[in-house]
Amino acid sequence: MAQAAIELIGINKSFGAVRANRDINLEIARGTIHGIVGENGAGKSTLMSILYGFYQADSGEIRVGGKPASIKTPNDAIALGIGMVHQHFMLVDNFSVLENIILGAESDALLKRSIAKARSELERLEREYGLEVDPDAIIEELPVGLQQRVEILKALYRGAEILILDEPTGVLTPAEADHLFRILKQLKEQGKTVVLITHKLREIMAITDTVSVMRQGTMVATRETKKTTVEELAELMVGRRVLLRVEKGEAEAGAVKLAVKNLTVKDSRGVTMVDDISFDIRAGEIVGIAGVAGNGQSELLEAISGIRRAVSGSVTLDGKPIDLTGAADPGELRDRGLAHVPEDRHHVGLVLAFEENENSILGYHDDPRYLKGPFLNVDAIISDAKDKIEKYDIRPGNPRLKTANFSGGNQQKIVLAREIEQDPGVLIVGQPTRGVDVGAIEFIHKRLIAMRDQGKAVLVVSVELDEIRSLSDRILVMFAGRIVGERGPEATEGELGLLMAGVEQEAAA
Amino acid sequence: MSTPYAKLPAWADYGLIPLINLSVAFIVAGFVVLLVGENPFRAAVILVEGAFGKGTGIAFTLFYATTFIFTGLSVAVAAHCGLFNIGTEGQAYIAGLGIAIVCLSFDSVLPWWLTFPLAIVAAAVVGALWALIPAYLQARRGSHIVITTIMFNFIAASIMVYLLVGPLKPAASQAPQTRNFFAGAELPKLNWIIELFGAKIRSAPLNVTFLLALVMAFLVWLLIWRTKLGYEMRTYGHSPKAARYAGISETRIIITAMMISGALAGMMALNPVMGDQHNVAIDFVSGAGFVGIAVALMGRLHPVGIVLAAILFGMLYQGGAELAFEMPAISRDMIVIIQGLVILFAGALEHMFRPYIQALFASFSPRSVGMEAVKGKGA
Repeated sequence: MAQAAIELIGINKSFGAVRANRDINLEIARGTIHGIVGENGAGKSTLMSILYGFYQADSGEIRVGGKPASIKTPNDAIALGIGMVHQHFMLVDNFSVLENIILGAESDALLKRSIAKARSELERLEREYGLEVDPDAIIEELPVGLQQRVEILKALYRGAEILILDEPTGVLTPAEADHLFRILKQLKEQGKTVVLITHKLREIMAITDTVSVMRQGTMVATRETKKTTVEELAELMVGRRVLLRVEKGEAEAGAVKLAVKNLTVKDSRGVTMVDDISFDIRAGEIVGIAGVAGNGQSELLEAISGIRRAVSGSVTLDGKPIDLTGAADPGELRDRGLAHVPEDRHHVGLVLAFEENENSILGYHDDPRYLKGPFLNVDAIISDAKDKIEKYDIRPGNPRLKTANFSGGNQQKIVLAREIEQDPGVLIVGQPTRGVDVGAIEFIHKRLIAMRDQGKAVLVVSVELDEIRSLSDRILVMFAGRIVGERGPEATEGELGLLMAGVEQEAAA
Repeated sequence: MSTPYAKLPAWADYGLIPLINLSVAFIVAGFVVLLVGENPFRAAVILVEGAFGKGTGIAFTLFYATTFIFTGLSVAVAAHCGLFNIGTEGQAYIAGLGIAIVCLSFDSVLPWWLTFPLAIVAAAVVGALWALIPAYLQARRGSHIVITTIMFNFIAASIMVYLLVGPLKPAASQAPQTRNFFAGAELPKLNWIIELFGAKIRSAPLNVTFLLALVMAFLVWLLIWRTKLGYEMRTYGHSPKAARYAGISETRIIITAMMISGALAGMMALNPVMGDQHNVAIDFVSGAGFVGIAVALMGRLHPVGIVLAAILFGMLYQGGAELAFEMPAISRDMIVIIQGLVILFAGALEHMFRPYIQALFASFSPRSVGMEAVKGKGA
């Protein structure tokens, strides 16, 4: 084994009673790609934040390149050659690539010399690592994949020898992710060390040399990637056997519940995002919409659920029309049995500052069950929330806890419990398991299939192709606002991938 | 990825931190007093004694506090709906018009206990209507409520000046104010309550509006945390997108919240107009609307906090007046500096000491900042 780039010895970190990291030992070899996997809340981010100087360990030692290091701020980490690419990019949207790269590393009071220096340095980095970006492009005009590349360049420009990437593929298309992996491999060949934090096990298998698994603040195992399997890693992460693919019977599709005809939707800038789309969803089936993020899926969901006005087209629910071009009202649609689990649970599906029980009535707060005249029936709301907590195994099981203090998976369960327990005829779900840990994914998928088996119509929109393929009875592929093909669940990933990339095929319906 | 959190127990969050902020404000104020060559300790004694030392002082402190409770509640109600109502000043000022109409019409025919309810309604309605216009512009036209409410303060001031030097002024008078009200529009004093405790009162304006303010504080608590409307307002205040998703009408909730806010601001006018001056005079609000912003922030938008913060500011007003009287080197403007420091440390720099306190708690008793501690009420 090569010399260790980083050694973490006996790291402990507590936030109050919560022990985020307990006695972590980790050795990352120089010139390798090291994956760290674990469920949300397992302590991965805390550990990396300690390494990058956002937090300090309560006890334990960090060694960089064999020497004990004291990392008190991100600047210390940068000086030691540690760079970090965050899950949410830290870029100034209206600055150019060059300006972003020198931000915080300007060497002069006047920018001119810094920029000239950065330009030549950037050219060298591009040559060496194949990281092409137009240095004068404005960040907000770049696709996400390129923005991420700027983040990587920022770290390299500061002399990073060790690069930490936190959930780097969450926002990327499959093709962009592949490109990122090629870049990471190239970095490795040049002798850099890469630490990859992710919960996507396939990525770990595809690219890492070594993988460490965290669970509940402890490091449970480190394996050579070649010698492990996805199943083993999943089991280590969750602590029990996990079904990676949900089992389900044949769909028994019944009458049409939701019919969309010639729907066209524009976004706030007036750009057509959904372009003349038609499809039906029948009772007792799950229809999946696959596609790379940003191809109109979000707008489609918002239009059907009454949040966004459509430009033209019609939607009927149980044979009766929904007024989509006028003032559609999500409350009215709820009354008619259309429930919606939105893509963005942080800002749309939940109010994070609310107590859990307050969120468990969001959108249904007009329901007389929860009211006493103009007053909220607090006792009824809390006992109702407790029932859902029990039924959906939401943890921690305290309905008075602030929603922000729940993990992503549990937050999603709060939304799902609320929507499913209203017993809707049609359920539309955006990104059912985004940012949700493996254990909860299995639970959520089972719930959705149970809905289907009860004869409900379910529409699932997801950028996770695996999820679409494992859940759907029919798969619609969206590209540039149109449905470019319909496939059965047996469609291969390659076939769907081509449709998602907009490569039209003869067979496309 | 989840972010780790540390939460303080409720008593530290709502008691200790404001107390520390306040102490720092007074320490810095002490240095200012030192700078003008006075003894800060003596100044502090005069301030506190002036506010609470004698019955009269207490009555004055509570009289000022009454005014600030109304404006603080007004700001807080709008803030819970995500709206920054800077127009409390103007809404209170223009509400004086409603009170003037009621009082000048009925003060010679009705007893106070009939005039008072009418005046409450008039003040609330006029205040609410004055807030309606900026609210409508925000909800339907997207005009920023901060800008429009500031402008409406100026419009209100101009209208009132016009009315008080013209139509509302008795013909023979030189003063820009209405005629004095008769007994039918004079509110009973509450000084006897303080006298029950044995304190002596010469003459102080504390009146029944103080009780109205306390009732309103309770009603605001009920509204915000116990009604469907309050729930909708808080939803919109935290996340307009979530409100849209939940089927809450943006127009309706903005207008409703602002009108309630305006009504509370309007009721503030009852205290000086009917309780003290017994006329409507130019500039009778004199900045109480802006103090309301500080009171609401310092009270963490909670009615209990607002009542306490209002009493603190009442103390600064009353004790400050005494201080300016006793120490000639300290002018009224100095008092404004002290108030400014309180606002700075308790409002703007509210979270300055929080990380240190959290670290301290975490090191002494880890459990107290853990998840078990989160059991407090939904404030």
